[in-house]
Amino acid sequence: MAEISIRQVGKTYGKTTIMQGVDLEIHDGEFVVILGPSGCGKSTLLRLIAGLEEITAGEIAIAGEVVNNLEPRERGCAMVFQNYALYPHMTVSDNIGYALKVAGVPKAERMARIEATARSVGLVEFLDRKPGQLSGGQRQRVAMARAIIREPKVFLFDEPLSNLDAKLRVQMRHEIRRIHNAVGATSVFVTHDQNEGMTLADRLVIMNKGTIEQIGTPEEIYEHPASLYVAGFVGSPAMNILPGTVASSGLSVLLGDGQAVDIRSSFKARPGQLVQIGLRPEKLSITTKAHGLLAAKFQFFEELGSARIYHLEIEDIPVGVVSDLKLALTAGEEVGLAFPPSALHVFDGPSGRSLARAEAAGESRGTDASTTGLSMHGRLL
Amino acid sequence: MIERTPLLNLATHLILGFGLIVILAPIWLAFVAATLTLQEVNAAPVELWPGTHLWANLKEAWVLSDFGPKFVNSLIVAVGVVVGKITLACITAFSLVFFAYRGRALIFWMIFITLMLPLEVRIVPTYAVAANALSPFQALLDVTGMGWLINAVSGVQVSLQWNLLNSYTGLILPLVATATGTFLYRQFFLTIPDELVEAARMDGAGPLRFLWDVLIPLSKTNIAALATIMFVYAWNQYLWPLLVITDRATYGMVVVQLSDLVPDQMTTGGGTPTWHLAMAATLMVMVPPIAIVILMQRWFVRGLINTDK
Ligand SMILES: Nc1ncnc2c1ncn2[C@@H]1O[C@H](COP(=O)(O)OP(=O)(O)O)[C@@H](O)[C@H]1O
Ligand SMILES: [Mg+2]
Repeated sequence: MAEISIRQVGKTYGKTTIMQGVDLEIHDGEFVVILGPSGCGKSTLLRLIAGLEEITAGEIAIAGEVVNNLEPRERGCAMVFQNYALYPHMTVSDNIGYALKVAGVPKAERMARIEATARSVGLVEFLDRKPGQLSGGQRQRVAMARAIIREPKVFLFDEPLSNLDAKLRVQMRHEIRRIHNAVGATSVFVTHDQNEGMTLADRLVIMNKGTIEQIGTPEEIYEHPASLYVAGFVGSPAMNILPGTVASSGLSVLLGDGQAVDIRSSFKARPGQLVQIGLRPEKLSITTKAHGLLAAKFQFFEELGSARIYHLEIEDIPVGVVSDLKLALTAGEEVGLAFPPSALHVFDGPSGRSLARAEAAGESRGTDASTTGLSMHGRLL
Repeated sequence: MIERTPLLNLATHLILGFGLIVILAPIWLAFVAATLTLQEVNAAPVELWPGTHLWANLKEAWVLSDFGPKFVNSLIVAVGVVVGKITLACITAFSLVFFAYRGRALIFWMIFITLMLPLEVRIVPTYAVAANALSPFQALLDVTGMGWLINAVSGVQVSLQWNLLNSYTGLILPLVATATGTFLYRQFFLTIPDELVEAARMDGAGPLRFLWDVLIPLSKTNIAALATIMFVYAWNQYLWPLLVITDRATYGMVVVQLSDLVPDQMTTGGGTPTWHLAMAATLMVMVPPIAIVILMQRWFVRGLINTDK
């Protein structure tokens, strides 16, 4: 059992605070992905868990034991680094077995475990090579094997796939998930690639400038982003965002060009409130102008094979639509956009926070309240 | 950029050849002189081709300078300096690069400043310390009044004394206490990626384990480079041994002995200068440094081929 409790954790270097008030409960055996842009403090959080950085506020407990003052080796964590961090002068075998050697495991047992671990990641024929003689993917496997062999309670991954080419990245992604399922240790995986995060995670943690923006399953995060920031970060192509003002009736949003979007069925908003409405490209469909809920001007499309990305404009604001229909449209043509009410997101203009959905909408959103609460908490900074 | 211009190639080779001649000519002349007899070496036009007396000259110079024990002395000192220097440099650089502690910058700068004070510049104070290595502590006692206090209380006159003159320790220590090696190592250690240090910490390796298992194997070529430089440096020492060793029979070093063979007013007493013996001795004294360079060069090259990148 290795659940990780992160309570009110902060990190300061000298006078600069780079992380504050981070609360996160990671369950035993869970695969949690920490997602956020470069520089938002993902690595720092991981290194605080690992014990490579000193915790300056709050506490972290692994398997119920507070580890704030424990050395990395006493925390039972293994880490896979972005640049692999293999020992260049040691063979693959020595690299994988180094932790055991340090721990004083007898040679015979060590060799057997190295062999077994190398087999599980497909490295047996490379055991006598030096890291310099391996390809990027193979080095990555060595780094994984080095972590696996210790049979840790917790796996920590710091952007381990970012140096691989696209195809290998997908392959290693599956490999990591397979290993996680086989080993059953708790995994914390850091990445700035939302695709990686969405596909790997049991739960996603979205970070922004040293605080947690939202925690939830990939589906929750995708369907119910707690803020504009999360909405824009997760999903590809990115969510369409249109600024507007809530009409005096409080039942619709007026866009810049005077179009009204009905929000009655989903949200409660103050009249006159500045808002941003969000619509995912996958949830939009193109119809005739008369049938649409919004009017837009077609510009051009990108062919993806399985689908097309149609690029439109609503009063100079680009709007994307993903559709598998092959439509014959001419540039500048006026079309209508349709979408189900549940696809509509409304965010408060100044704060970017998602507006609470009205209960009348009757959708299942069991975790919605908790995620929103957390994100609000995270934004106290 | 790769140029394919035959004319330029020819020019660069000519320059290279010229440089080679400039460097080799004195060595050639020394070798030629070492093969001649006393009469031949003092004949008017300088002889450019070797004679037949090399072996006889070598033997005579060897016996005259008592080179047997002196070579042993020089070797002890050179090896001592190499080992001491590498150990000291490695450990100080390790501390400076991988540990964060109060006063680290200050210590670094203090070491840095010693670069500007080579042994020759501070030779008098260094000699004073060598004459009594504990004199700084004695001074401390005197200044703080501790010596007087102890004397008053116990009646014992404290006078610390540790003489390093006429000893291997005295020869070696001041040559070890320089900053060059520390710098070489520091520069190398700074190139070690943080991730590697952290990987070792995650693997459970403590600092000393990391030093021994990772840093030292990775710095093999640095060690070879530093060892070569320090060996040649220590071997060629003249001024310091001349000063600190008065018991030349027991502790004399070859380079100092060599200077005795070089003819001047005092040694020849107006007689014919024995350049052939001086040159023969020079050849012998040159052998160990050259051997070390050749030996270590193979290491450099191997290290360069095996860059695990
Ligand atoms: N040793 C340090 N001293 C000062 N600031 C640091 C240090 N390490 C990281 N930071 C800062 O902390 C922030 C978060 O860094 P990091 O956790 O590496 O981000 P990420 O992994 O999300 O890209 C960055 O703004 C970075 O500049
Ligand atoms: Mg990072």
